[in-house]
Amino acid sequence: MPYLLPLLVFFPLASAIFLFVTAGRLSARTVGWVATGAIGLSALCSITLACFFLFSAVPAPIHIILWEWMHTQAFSADIAFTLDPVSLVMILVVTIVGFLIHLYAIRYMEEEPGIARFFGSMTLFVASMLVLVLASDLFCLFIGWEGVGICSYLLIGFWYENPVNTAAARKAFYMTRIGDTAMLCGLLLLATTTGSLHIETLLATLHAGQIGPDVLTAATLFLLIGALAKSAQIPFQTWLPDAMAGPTPTSALIHAATMVTAGIYLIARLHELFTAAPLVMMLTSIIGALTLMMAACTALVQTDLKRILAWSTISQLGYMFLALGTGVWQAALFHLMTHAFFKALLFLTAGALIARLHHEQDIFRMGGLYRTMPGLTVAFLAGASALAGLPLVTSGFYSKEMILSSIWSAHFPLLPGSFPLAHILWGIALTGAFLTSLYIFRCIFIVFFNTHKTESTGSTPRLMAIPLACLSFLSLFGGVIEMPDTLAPIHLFTHFLSAPLPHAEEPVWLLLAGASAPIAGVVIAWVLWGRATPVMQEIPGQATIIRVAKEGWGVDALYAFLFVQPFRFLVWLTRHDVLDYLITGIGRMVRAISSFLEHTRTRFLTLSSGRTTLLLQSGDTLLARVQNGRVRWYAAWIVAGLCAALASGVVP
Amino acid sequence: MNPLPALVLLPLLGGTVAWLADRSNTANQQPTRNISWRITLMVLTLETVLLLITTFRHHTLPGPWLDHFSIPWIPVMGIAFQLDMDGLSLSLLWLSLILSFPCVLLATRQITTDAGAFHFLFLATLTGIIGTFLATDLFLFFFLWELMLVPMFVLISAWGHEDRHRAAIRFFLFTQGSGLLMLLSILGLVITHYRETGLLTFNYFALANTPLSPFLSMLLMLGFFIAFAVKLPVVPVHVWLPAAHTQAPTAASVLLAGLMLKTGGYGMIRFNLMLFPEAAIRFAPVAMGLGIAGILYGAWLSCAQNDVKRLIAYSSISHMGFVLLGIFTGSNTGLQGAIIQMLAHGLSTGALFIIAGSIQDRLHTRDMAQIGGLWASLPRLSSAGLFFAVASLGMPGLGNFTGEFLVLLATWHVNSIVAALTATGLVLAAIYSLRMVNRIFMAPSRTSPSHAKDFSAGQMTILGALMILLVVLGVHPQPIMTLSMPSPLSAPPLSDGGGDTQ
Amino acid sequence: MVALSLNASLLLACMLFCIGLAGVLIRRNLLFMLMSLDIMLNAAALLFVAAGAHWHDSGGQVMFLMILALAAAETAVGLAIILALHARGRPSLDADTGNLLRG
Repeated sequence: MPYLLPLLVFFPLASAIFLFVTAGRLSARTVGWVATGAIGLSALCSITLACFFLFSAVPAPIHIILWEWMHTQAFSADIAFTLDPVSLVMILVVTIVGFLIHLYAIRYMEEEPGIARFFGSMTLFVASMLVLVLASDLFCLFIGWEGVGICSYLLIGFWYENPVNTAAARKAFYMTRIGDTAMLCGLLLLATTTGSLHIETLLATLHAGQIGPDVLTAATLFLLIGALAKSAQIPFQTWLPDAMAGPTPTSALIHAATMVTAGIYLIARLHELFTAAPLVMMLTSIIGALTLMMAACTALVQTDLKRILAWSTISQLGYMFLALGTGVWQAALFHLMTHAFFKALLFLTAGALIARLHHEQDIFRMGGLYRTMPGLTVAFLAGASALAGLPLVTSGFYSKEMILSSIWSAHFPLLPGSFPLAHILWGIALTGAFLTSLYIFRCIFIVFFNTHKTESTGSTPRLMAIPLACLSFLSLFGGVIEMPDTLAPIHLFTHFLSAPLPHAEEPVWLLLAGASAPIAGVVIAWVLWGRATPVMQEIPGQATIIRVAKEGWGVDALYAFLFVQPFRFLVWLTRHDVLDYLITGIGRMVRAISSFLEHTRTRFLTLSSGRTTLLLQSGDTLLARVQNGRVRWYAAWIVAGLCAALASGVVP
Repeated sequence: MNPLPALVLLPLLGGTVAWLADRSNTANQQPTRNISWRITLMVLTLETVLLLITTFRHHTLPGPWLDHFSIPWIPVMGIAFQLDMDGLSLSLLWLSLILSFPCVLLATRQITTDAGAFHFLFLATLTGIIGTFLATDLFLFFFLWELMLVPMFVLISAWGHEDRHRAAIRFFLFTQGSGLLMLLSILGLVITHYRETGLLTFNYFALANTPLSPFLSMLLMLGFFIAFAVKLPVVPVHVWLPAAHTQAPTAASVLLAGLMLKTGGYGMIRFNLMLFPEAAIRFAPVAMGLGIAGILYGAWLSCAQNDVKRLIAYSSISHMGFVLLGIFTGSNTGLQGAIIQMLAHGLSTGALFIIAGSIQDRLHTRDMAQIGGLWASLPRLSSAGLFFAVASLGMPGLGNFTGEFLVLLATWHVNSIVAALTATGLVLAAIYSLRMVNRIFMAPSRTSPSHAKDFSAGQMTILGALMILLVVLGVHPQPIMTLSMPSPLSAPPLSDGGGDTQ
Repeated sequence: MVALSLNASLLLACMLFCIGLAGVLIRRNLLFMLMSLDIMLNAAALLFVAAGAHWHDSGGQVMFLMILALAAAETAVGLAIILALHARGRPSLDADTGNLLRG
C-alpha cells in the first residue's frame, strides 16, 4: 500500500511536466483529457487507500520516507509522506473534487489558447496540494504550501493580457507570501527548538514538555499568521475576492475547495500544538468569528456573482477557524469537506451560467434564469441550500450544526469562567448562519427568479453537467456521515478520524436554533427579493454603508494607503542606488580636488619659476657690470678680495 | 598523470588555439566563421571529460582532500604551482563547467566581431576562475585571482553595451584595488610566518599554522575580507556590480554573476574562515550585519529597477547577502546553506542572464516597459524565464530556497530577531521577481516581434538541464551538501604524495 | 751697519706694496702701471730678503733672484703689449680705453 502515496503525487506531477513540455503541440481536448486522466488516477489511488483504511482491522497510519532532504548536526528533515485519517479525508477531497473540476474544465476551457498552461498549472497545483496534505514533515509541507501559492498566482493571472488580472495575482501571492514568511519563521523557531520538523517528533517533544510555553506561543502564532494569510482571514482577507479574476474552475478548485483550506488543515494537523497554546487558540476563534461576520455582511451587498461566492468562502473559512479555535478541529475538517463540495458546485454552476450569459457577472442584470436553464438552477439551489445549511436535507447543515453546538460548550482557559466568550461567539456564528442563508438566497431569487433580463445562449454541455450532478449529490448527502446526537447517533466521520467529540449533553433548543436560523434567512430573503415586486429594489451604491461594505469595508484602500503607496513611493524615491551615487560622488569629489590641486601647483610653479628667472636676470646684469674689461677695476677687485680674505682670517 | 594542472591550463591553451584559428581564417569568411566557437565547445567538452576523470578516479590521498598537485615554480621565494581539490572546489568546478556550456551554446555564438578574441578571453577568464578554485599556494591564488580580471575587463569594455567603458573601468578599479589589499595581507602573512619559523613559503597549509597575535590576524583577515567582499559583493562595495552586469555581453554577465561572484564566497570560506578562525568569529557580527544589509538593500533596489539586467543584478546582491550571512554564522549548517545558495544562485541567475541577454538580442532593449509581454510571441523563452524567476524568489523545492532555509536556520540559532528580519527579504524577493514576470513575460504584448525567434528545442533542453539541477538541489540536496563541505585543514595532503607530482 | 729689524723691513715692504698698488689703481698710463707693478714685486722681494736674513735661510735670496727675473719678464711682456697696440694703430697709453674686445 505505501507505494500508492508517491504515486498519488506522481500522476499529477508527471502530467503537469508533460503538459508544460508539450505546450502548444497537443489539441485542447488531448490536453484536457491528459490532465483529467492523471487526476482521475490519483483519485482512484486515494479511493483505494480509503478502502484499505476502512476495511483493515487495525487502521494504522502509513508512513513512507522517500528520501532524506537533509541531515546536519542541528537539523534533519525528510521528504516523507504520512497517511492518517486526517490526510486521507483531505486527499479524498482534493482528488475527487479536483477530478470533477478538471472534468468540467475540459469543456469550459476548450477555446482558450493557453489551455496547456492552464491544465499544467492545475495539475501542478493538485500535486503540490497533495504534497502539502500528505507531508509528514513540516518542511515538506512547506514545499507544497508555497507550491500551491505559485500555482494560484499563475492561474489567477491566467488571462495576463489584462493588467488587472496580473495585479490580482500578484496581490494574492504577496499577501500569502507575507504569511508564508511568518510561517517560515515559525518553522525555524520549531526547528531550532526541537531539531526536527517531523510532525510526530514535534508532538513527541511537546508531550515530553521540552517546548517552553513562550516558544510554543510564538511558534503557533507564526503558524497562525501563515494559515490566516493562506485562508484569507482578517487581516489578509482582501486578496481572495480579487483572486476571482482567474478562470472559474480555478476559483472552484483553488480559491474555494482546496488551497484556501490549507490553513485549516495545517492547524487541524498540529492541533495538539495549538491546544497547548491557549492564547493563540482564543485569538484563532475570535479572528474566525470576526471574519465570518464581516465576510457575510460584505457578501450581502455584492453585485458580482463570483464575488458573492468569494466572500462567502471567506465567511465559511471563518467558521472553520472558529471551530479550530474552540478546539473542535474535527468539526472544522468536516465543514471543510462539505464546504469543498458545495462551494465547488456553486462556483462551477456560476461559471456555467456566466459562460451562457456572455460573461455577464452582475446579478442585477440576470433574472428569471430558471426558465432557460432549469438544470443549473437545481444545481445552484442544491449548493446554496447546503451553504445556507437548510436543516436535514443538506450536508452543510450537519457540519455547521456540529460547529455551532460545540462552540456553545467551548471553554477558554485564559478567561475567567464568568466571561461568556463562548456564548458570544455562538451568537455571532448563529447570526452568521442567518446572514449566509440571507445572502445566498438573495442571490438565488435575483438571479433565477424575478423577471427575465438577459438573453442566454446554448446549453450546458454534458461534460460540464456530469460534475455538477456529482457535486450536487455530494453537497446534499455528503453530510449524513456525522449527525448530532439529538437526531441520530451517527458519528462515522469522527470515528474515522479516531477522535470522537467529547459527549456533551446538548439542549435541544440549541439544535433548533441552528436549524431555524437558515430557514429564517430564506424566508426574509423571499420577502425582500423573492416576490414579483421586491420590497427592496437595490440600486448599487445607494447608501454609503452599502458602498463601503461592498468594497470590503475599505480595507483595500486602507492597505493601499498604509502599505502599498508608501512602499511604491519609497521604492520610487530610492530607485537609484544611493551608495552608487555616494561612491560616484566621492569619485567626482576626488577628481575635483585633484584637478584643483594640479591647478594650484601649476600656478605656483609658473609663478615661482618666473620670479626665479627675473631674479637670475637681474643678478646677471649685476655680475655683468663687474666684467667691464677695465684692468684697474679688476685689480681693485683682487685687492678687495684679498682684504676680505685677510679680514676673515683675522676676525675669528 | 594528475589532471589538476590540465584542468587549469586547458582552457587557456584552448583559447589561444581558438584565437589563432580564427585569425588564420579571417580571409575566407563565411564557412569557418564559427571555428573559434567550435574549438571553444571542444575545449569545454575536453574539460568536462577531465573533470569527470578527476571526480571518479581513485583517490589515493589520505585525509579528506581529494587531489593534490605541486611543482616548484619560484623556489627562491618558496612559491609553488600547487593545486589541491576538496569537495567544495569540486562542486564549484562542476558549477563552472555546467554554466559555461549554456554560455557558449546560447550566448557566444552571436558574437561576430572578432569572435576568436572573444572566445580566447572567455576561456582565459574561465582559467582564472577554475584556478582560483584550486590554488592552494597563496601567490598562485593571487596570480589567478588577478588573471580573471583582465580578460573580463576587456570583454566588458570591448563587447559590452552602450555605457561599457565606465562600467568596465569601475569593475576593474574596484576588484583590482581590493586585490591589492589582499596581496598586502598575503605578504604580511608570509613575512610573519618567515619571522616565526624562518621558512619562506606561500603554501596555504603551512601558513595556516602561523601563530598570529589577535590584532594582526584581524588585520590580515580584513585584507582578505575586503577583496572577497568586493567580489561577492557586500553592500557598500557592490557599486561596480550593477553597472558591470548590465553592460557586459551576455556570456560575460553569466560568467560574472554565475561564477565570478562565487570566487568571493569561496575565498571567504577557504581563506577567511580557515586561515583566521578566531578573527572570523570576532568579525562575525559585523559580517552578518553586512549580509543582512545586502539582502534587504539588494532586494529593495531590485524592486525599483526598470532595466531587466539591472534588476537581476540587484537580486544577485540580495542572494549573495545570504551567502555572506551563512558563512559567518559560524556553524556547519550556515556554511552548507551558503554553499548551496552559491550553487543555486549560479544556476538560476546565470540562466536569468542568458534569458535577459536573449531578449536583448531579439528586441534590442532592456527596458521592461518597452519589452512588454513576451508570452504570446516567445512562449518557451518566457516559460523558462518564469521558472528561473520563481526559483530566484525562493520557491521551496528549488535550490535557492534550500540555501536560504539553511542560512536562516543557522542565523536563527545565533539571533532569532535578525533571522526574522532577514526573512522579510523573501517577501521583497517575491515582489521583484513577480514584478519582472508581470512586466516582461505575462503582460499584454507591446511589440509585435514577428521576426523574433523563440528558443529552439535544443536550447530549451540546455535550460531544462539547469532546471532539473535546481530541482535536485531543492528536493534532494543532501548528497551535494555532503560532497561540498570544505575539507578541514587538520589533515593537509602530503607535499610529496606518491606519484602525483607529475 | 745697523741691521734692519724684521719689523722695520716688513713695514717698509708694506709701504712699498701699497705705493705700488696705489699706482696700479690710480694711474691710467700703462707705463706707470707697469712701473707700479714692479714696485709691488720689489716689495715682495724685499720681504723675501728680509725673511731670509731673519731666519738665516738662503732661500729668501734665491726667491729674490727669481722675482727679479719674473719682474724683468713681466715688464718685457707689458712693453711688448704696448708696442703691439701701438703698432695696430692705437697710439694711446690709457688703460681704460682698452676695455672692449676686438678693439
